[in-house]
Amino acid sequence: MNSFAYTRADGVTHAVAERADESTAAFIAGGTNLIDLMKENVARPTRLIDINRLPLTTITDTENGGLRLGALVTNADTAYDDKVAKNYPLLAEAILAGASAQLRNMATDGGNLMQRTRCYYFYDLATPCNKREPGSGCSAINGYNRIHAILGTGSPTGDVQCIATHPSDMCVALAALEATVQVTGPDGDRTIPFAEFHRLPGDTPQIDNTLEAGELITAIDLPANGFSKNYAYLKLRDRASYAFALVSVAAALEMEGETIVDARIALGGVAHKPWRRPEVEAMLHGKSASNDVFQTVADAMLDGAQGYGHNTFKLELAKRAIVRALAQAAKLN
Amino acid sequence: MTLTEKAAPPMKQPPSLPAMHTVKLTVNGTETELQLAPWTSLLDALREYMHLTGTKKGCDHGQCGACTVLVNGKRINACLTLAIMQDGNEITTIEGLSQKDADGKDGLHPIQQAFMDHDAFQCGYCTPGQICSAVGMMNEGHVKTADDIRELMSGNICRCGAYTNIVDAIQSVMNPQPDAA
Ligand SMILES: Cc1cc2nc3c(=O)[nH]c(=O)nc-3n(C[C@H](O)[C@H](O)[C@H](O)COP(=O)(O)OP(=O)(O)OC[C@H]3O[C@@H](n4cnc5c(N)ncnc54)[C@H](O)[C@@H]3O)c2cc1C
Ligand code: SF4
Ligand code: FES
Ligand code: FES
Repeated sequence: MNSFAYTRADGVTHAVAERADESTAAFIAGGTNLIDLMKENVARPTRLIDINRLPLTTITDTENGGLRLGALVTNADTAYDDKVAKNYPLLAEAILAGASAQLRNMATDGGNLMQRTRCYYFYDLATPCNKREPGSGCSAINGYNRIHAILGTGSPTGDVQCIATHPSDMCVALAALEATVQVTGPDGDRTIPFAEFHRLPGDTPQIDNTLEAGELITAIDLPANGFSKNYAYLKLRDRASYAFALVSVAAALEMEGETIVDARIALGGVAHKPWRRPEVEAMLHGKSASNDVFQTVADAMLDGAQGYGHNTFKLELAKRAIVRALAQAAKLN
Repeated sequence: MTLTEKAAPPMKQPPSLPAMHTVKLTVNGTETELQLAPWTSLLDALREYMHLTGTKKGCDHGQCGACTVLVNGKRINACLTLAIMQDGNEITTIEGLSQKDADGKDGLHPIQQAFMDHDAFQCGYCTPGQICSAVGMMNEGHVKTADDIRELMSGNICRCGAYTNIVDAIQSVMNPQPDAA
């Protein structure tokens, strides 16, 4: 690890001001991703601003019937919170499908959104990587890319720059639930819809999300509808637990009898951000649940997908996972 | 161009020694004050500065669980947190798990005893982490079945593959319901 200085922030204003003073400083919350990357020299902040004492550690009701998750609530406390477990079981299950009990006790909700890709080349300073060092090339496209993206990898210039995935499980559920991200920064507060928080790599794969430099996540807001009756989080991975997703699906349905009146589908492990296609979800409106309908939707969700060799199996795997997750959500058979 | 012109410019400031920070930890009931560089992980603070080598370093990247300790009763990976971030907190390591029995003598924690009774280790390297993790899991209170034990202990890898006996040992203390058929 490189030498760095340390500041313990005692409030939101203090944290933001410290960061504004030193552009190469970084906030640290649970530390489970940042310390890992610092040990590998992939992240080299000159100062850590410890935000753990900030008063962002509670889960509260919002005016419109939803819940506000403080940025520093741990992943474990979120998943086991009574209201989250009851009204947002999709979120609780997604969180509990991630990492390990120890890590979930440390990892925070804000940090989970900001975690970086697990692309092996991103971690390996000896290899080119456009995300770590823009312009150096991508080692994964023609390398070992079993865990990599199959959707949204295009770039305006035509040359694919990065096929990394966003590794979070929690974020897949948050995308399906259409959460919003509350942030504050040197220029004040703003709200970022979840679909606009993470981004596709395009020509600037070094940028993971739309948070501006120096902005701090203060909370994640869940809308009132948690789709708690008909939902499923399906995670497929190389071992039964404690492994990142190869493909994951968050499926949420609103049903009247057999008929689907609203649907959300978000995919993890396939793109640089949780993958949604609202126009495909709309194909389910007014339909009655059946595997045939779900198969059509699965094909449409994967439209334009491209494999890079080792990860080509994900094209079929993702389709089957979508069908199964929707069938589980609809309680078919 | 001369050689001197091509050489890298001298550093504006010579590198300085890191500022040390005072970190107060209550480790296994004893309050301790350490002077540490900010990058010292909790794991290194325990092992290198307090000589509590029961807690093991396996991967140093959160991937194995060998470094599991309890912070304010909750299990975490000591390798992925900085000691300075834990300032003021109560740490329990494998060395602090034994309990006084009725006669005031040190006795093993029931989980420790169960690991011995069930032969729940081979080389023993993962064992302190397994035991601290199991104690943390008991504190959390989310185990209903033996399957829950397997899932909630998945953050502790055993390279020797002593898993069956580890689950048996924990089960003997926690008495969960049998798995659904
Ligand atoms: C072995 C291992 C396995 C894992 N498996 C999974 C898995 O299966 N599924 C999964 O979803 N995740 C998994 N994770 C990732 C884990 O969930 C993340 O590391 C964690 O959520 C990050 O949160 P943190 O609080 O520890 O973040 P930190 O490491 O403290 O910070 C991460 C980044 O976020 C920034 N940041 C933190 N808080 C804020 C804030 N409030 N505002 C702005 N910026 C902020 C930091 O500056 C840093 O850049 C795994 C991690 C490990 C080590
Ligand atoms: S996929 Fe992205 S992160 Fe991985 S090597 Fe290529 S540019 Fe780097
Ligand atoms: S040493 Fe900490 S998890 Fe492996
Ligand atoms: S007993 Fe050897 S690693 Fe578990």
